[in-house]
Amino acid sequence: MNPYKVYGPSDMMRGVTMKNNTAIPVKEIPVLQYEDFLEMNCSLIGEETHHCVNYFGVHYGNSVRLICCLADDKDATLLISSAEINPEEATNYPSFTARHLSFHAFERELCENTGISYIDHPWLKPLRYAFNRKNQGEGIENYPFYEIKSEELHEVGVGPIHAGIIEPGHFRFICNGEQILHLEIQLGYQHRGIESLFLTKKRLLQRATLSESIAGDSVVGHALAFANLWESLCGYEPDEDLQFARTVASEIERIAIHTGDLSAICTDIGYQLGSAVFGRLRTPVINFFQEWCGNRLAKGLIRPGNSHFHFSSHLGNHLKKVLDDYEPDFDEMWKEFHTLPTALGRLEKTGVISRDLSASIGTVGMTARASGIMRDIRTTHSYGLYNLLTPISIVKHHGDVYSRTKIRHDEIVQSSYYLRKIIGRIPSVAVNRRSLSAPAHERFAISLTEGWRGEICHCAITDNKGELLHYKVKDPSLHNWLALALAVRNNEISDFPICNKSFDLSYCGHDL
Amino acid sequence: MHQGMQTIPDVENAEIPGIFRGTPVITKEAVDVHALVHLCPTDAISANPVSIDLGKCTFCGACAFTFPDKIRFTKDFKIATNDRNRLVVREGEAKPIALDPGLIRQEIAGFFKGSLKLRQVSAGGDNSCELELNACGNVNFDMGRFGIEFVASPRHADGIVITGPLTESMAAPLQRCYDAIPDPKIIILAGTDAISGGIFSGSAALNRSFLSNHRIDLYVPGNPVHPLTFINGVLDLIRSGRAGLSR
Repeated sequence: MNPYKVYGPSDMMRGVTMKNNTAIPVKEIPVLQYEDFLEMNCSLIGEETHHCVNYFGVHYGNSVRLICCLADDKDATLLISSAEINPEEATNYPSFTARHLSFHAFERELCENTGISYIDHPWLKPLRYAFNRKNQGEGIENYPFYEIKSEELHEVGVGPIHAGIIEPGHFRFICNGEQILHLEIQLGYQHRGIESLFLTKKRLLQRATLSESIAGDSVVGHALAFANLWESLCGYEPDEDLQFARTVASEIERIAIHTGDLSAICTDIGYQLGSAVFGRLRTPVINFFQEWCGNRLAKGLIRPGNSHFHFSSHLGNHLKKVLDDYEPDFDEMWKEFHTLPTALGRLEKTGVISRDLSASIGTVGMTARASGIMRDIRTTHSYGLYNLLTPISIVKHHGDVYSRTKIRHDEIVQSSYYLRKIIGRIPSVAVNRRSLSAPAHERFAISLTEGWRGEICHCAITDNKGELLHYKVKDPSLHNWLALALAVRNNEISDFPICNKSFDLSYCGHDL
Repeated sequence: MHQGMQTIPDVENAEIPGIFRGTPVITKEAVDVHALVHLCPTDAISANPVSIDLGKCTFCGACAFTFPDKIRFTKDFKIATNDRNRLVVREGEAKPIALDPGLIRQEIAGFFKGSLKLRQVSAGGDNSCELELNACGNVNFDMGRFGIEFVASPRHADGIVITGPLTESMAAPLQRCYDAIPDPKIIILAGTDAISGGIFSGSAALNRSFLSNHRIDLYVPGNPVHPLTFINGVLDLIRSGRAGLSR
């Protein structure tokens, strides 16, 4: 039934294959005709083993080079392809999104930033109102919300400022009584121009600081993606001391934020005991970061080619003690919580996102895994010391709030196990650590990490002097916000907070 | 359940475990000042005399690692003040950062000494200060015991706590939220990004005009702010002023 040619392995030469955390000469990325570029990427993405980790445009004079990065989760490779277009000359490009919805946010961004216009994109609205957007006439206050003219239905607008201490974004509901028919999420309020700042702030420490300010709840995930990316641009192999600390930090961050989220989920269903106990259980975990690096959210811990904070055996013993104290109390609270019928009644069958829907919109990370889709960079595109841990991804199948709650519990238990496994083999402090050289000229580099929320992807291109020509950040939230909007359909509007918290997506990570 | 007492009993004299980069001490040691100034990612360090502006500092500690004889960060977490100039720490000056009681408006002590309700607005915040402000209210820090709480509606609030570097897209919502708070009201800037723009300083996506149009009652540095820094700063603000109802 597919009217399009199906591309197979013999067509791989139309893209270049690379591994996670590597750099290649930019000229090795083939430049295809737009039609071929579309065909190849859209054909491959129909298979579940492939998903799009990044798709963006780079300005070269008047033309724009589109670069698409597909991950092959089976072969642990990344397929990079490109096409060159001139948005001012042609305005009738067929969209990737019409073929596969998972491209929708990337193409909205491309349209906003480069002016490329698609003939068949189903939802071509501004994504974040970037300061350097092509159409400066449009402002965030005039976002074109979907409307239904009806006497029976009503709209509920929430935000940009919300009731709690939380980042801003606008939610527009169309409801039939208490029931949500449609939710549109409009973001952009947090846009700080981060990708441009990566180019204008030229010192390495500035860029490392930027990377840990992309999303302050995923400091390790983003700082690590930057460090890995930079090191691959510089041809630098991080020593075991660095790799060890980074892997440990990633799993501590996962435990900390998951625990905080369990507390917040309890808060949103009015379960005070769980809220208080999970809340206080997070404290010693983030305080461990404080003791390690002087910052509860691990800012300052991860630096390309360097570290001021060796993970000593003393810290190893301390971490073991933190876990020893954490586990029994966590276990007790979890048993109490997940056997409580009034709690389960709020979580089960609420905010369901089915496996098919999840696959079609291209969710990643914990959200995908809670809907039965294996997306986990730690297992499919390994980095750091994960190969030593032989990680197994936890997958749930109901796609409801309960699945997204239970997966947090299971991942906390798993991360704790990983940490215990790895702290038995702390490497000695690196001596005579090699320093970073300058980035190679005209290189394309890509780095993927699995943050607690899902896959983080950073891409960079250097120019003929080794300076950054382009920097692209993708937070997993970019994929997953649509999942929230679809998950709440036909739910009561009073269940929106618990649905929202079960995804816990990043506003700043999306808005950049 | 047997979780025991989790609350920090005395927030004023608590000790932060492990490493904390609080009030810096800058010695008179002669160093390569140009290199020192150039090292800082947010240009928080100036020469003649060597000084660190904690309103710009990300507390990454890079200066102290490179010039350990020149700069040392103490564990003093009381770094909030109501005078922007007091956030600048100069070489050879070793004195704690504190509020200037003379600058505290009289109605603050008059109205808010025993109860202060705050509305938080994240204006480009990266969710780190937001996490820490949430933590202020958890069972460990329990800011509520002092009558200080975050509330949902600006109509119920006595003031606004701003995080983030103030993005262009949040300029109008921030102003509307502030306008909705009844008088008298206070403004607190939480975190380096809010105080100076931090690492985002100079970005074309910011609009910081709100700050030049309003008087700031408290600056709480940090990247992110530590809950103890925030709680002590606010307590000093509402407790150390002289009460009076006139403006």
